[in-house]
Amino acid sequence: MKESASLKWFLWIYIGLIFVFIFSPIIFSMIFSFNSARFPTIPLESFTMHWYEAIWNDSDVWDAAKTSVIVSSCTAVIATALGFATAYSDFRYNFRFKGPYLALVLLPPTIPLIILALAMLAWFSKIGTSGQVYSIVIAHSVMTAPFAMAIIRLRLNQIDENLEAAAWNLGASEWRAMKEVIIPFCMPAIISSLCLTAAVSFDEFAVSWFISGLNKTIPVMIMEIVTGNIDPRVNAIGTFVFITSMTLVIIAQIFFMTRPKEAPAQ
Amino acid sequence: MNSPMNEPLVVLDSVVKRFDDFVAVKSMDLTIGKGEFVAIMGPSGCGKTTTLRMLAGLDQPSEGEIRIGGALMNDVPPHERDTPMVWQSLALFPFLNARENVEFGLKMRKMPAAERKKRALEWLDRLGIGEFAERNVATLSGGQRQRVALARSLVTEPQLLLLDEPLSALDAHLVIRMQSVLTKLQRELGITFVYVTHSQSEAFAMADRVVIMSQGEVAQIGRSRDIYREPANRFVAEFVGRNNILSGKVSKVSGGRADVATASGTFSVEAGNLSKDNEATFVISADLVQITRKPVKAENSVRCSLISEEFIGSVVTLFLESADGTEFKVQLQERELSTLDHGEGDEFHLSWPAKSAHLLLGEK
Repeated sequence: MKESASLKWFLWIYIGLIFVFIFSPIIFSMIFSFNSARFPTIPLESFTMHWYEAIWNDSDVWDAAKTSVIVSSCTAVIATALGFATAYSDFRYNFRFKGPYLALVLLPPTIPLIILALAMLAWFSKIGTSGQVYSIVIAHSVMTAPFAMAIIRLRLNQIDENLEAAAWNLGASEWRAMKEVIIPFCMPAIISSLCLTAAVSFDEFAVSWFISGLNKTIPVMIMEIVTGNIDPRVNAIGTFVFITSMTLVIIAQIFFMTRPKEAPAQ
Repeated sequence: MNSPMNEPLVVLDSVVKRFDDFVAVKSMDLTIGKGEFVAIMGPSGCGKTTTLRMLAGLDQPSEGEIRIGGALMNDVPPHERDTPMVWQSLALFPFLNARENVEFGLKMRKMPAAERKKRALEWLDRLGIGEFAERNVATLSGGQRQRVALARSLVTEPQLLLLDEPLSALDAHLVIRMQSVLTKLQRELGITFVYVTHSQSEAFAMADRVVIMSQGEVAQIGRSRDIYREPANRFVAEFVGRNNILSGKVSKVSGGRADVATASGTFSVEAGNLSKDNEATFVISADLVQITRKPVKAENSVRCSLISEEFIGSVVTLFLESADGTEFKVQLQERELSTLDHGEGDEFHLSWPAKSAHLLLGEK
């Protein structure tokens, strides 16, 4: 069926508006990060790299960046490993209470962030690990593992169910089949999951703010800079964060879109 | 032709397989000789694939014993068996190229890389797809992928090859070609083939012996010809198709002949062990029935009207109905048909000699 031209136009305009609403603040922030004026006003003053030099020379920014990179990379690895294990257990086994098991695994994203953050803070304080970098890693892993599982599960759903059995049949033990068949098959999803969970962790503010203590991550540091202060450095930091996250998300998306190639007709 | 009396390689001894409440295989006994080509055939859900999976160790028998080469295999995990399988879906590894797929089994056996590459290429050449060795399997045609799957299973030179409807995804013209590839390989290598299929033409064309299964039980084991001409029971007679099946009560036994009164009339068959008042069921292959316009002198004949016809190549099957509504089938060559000058609803006379009727023993 051919859709009407007016509907097509309407949809294009609709999508265009969504992009404008989402991206225009970010683009303005990027523009102002190169503007010499202290306040974000139009007309623009002269072009400058001053704010980038300022953050480059700021050891607090470097510390926060280091913390963020450590947290997001550890989170990516742990969440993806957990997500893979869960997705595989769902693919391979049937057991009682599988429904509740999967529901439990997918629960974290449904909990309001503020509740999750408070609960994490209370718990980590109780066991005396609040403010540690690894606490942030644990919290972020809990939050992002469901995404990892969802991505890898989608990939496993596309597998020929005999593929693993074919590996056993050709002499591979269960572990060997996992290494030689299941993991290579899931590799695009695993890379996608690593990038996506890293991006989510890198951007995450609420939970980090509650439990990070002195080990500030970048979003927490931005919040502290903008509280009660107008400082164009946040535009520069924001640009850097945006580019990092977008890169990760785009890589994740590229690998996520990988589908097994369709066999040609005979 | 190999006889089942070769040295046995595979023995299934009272094997039962249950999945929860469902009995997939009911007490199966089967001995397969070394170098034999056995086809297991039956409608879907008859337990043929489960039987094959038990041979590969992918399912464990609930009861009974499976022995391969004399060793009890019940609890041997799949990767410790030497029972490669050709899968219906082929199950080629999509992230490996053709050669790497073939090398897989050798790699698991820890063969050095150079040696296994050489062996894999030899097998790809042997199956006529050497030029595609470095191609991604997804870019190959159905027939080529079929050959990769075969090479992958045969490269380890097993004693036993399991095939699970390997040709079902191919076009008809490729099926015939692959059939000859398979039978040629099997003869040359002397490997035992266990071939599961629902296709009668594949099974009958290739196998030394055919096992017909129905609802988890063996309905008949025998050579293709025997199954076709002498079905053991009604299920087999119906499954192999194109059989006229009649039953009734024996009204008279004399001179080695028994007269059986059926709904369509009284027909005489070779008496065998029949005595008066026995219930008897017999089949007459559709191709052994003669069809004529005018009544002919014959031991058995029945008047029928033509309902429909079916062409498969040069063979025609006519479907007719006798006065009481029983369906009769007649198979003949297309060139024979042209002399008959037939039309739908026309009346014909079917006839056959008593010796063409085959009694189904154990059927009432």
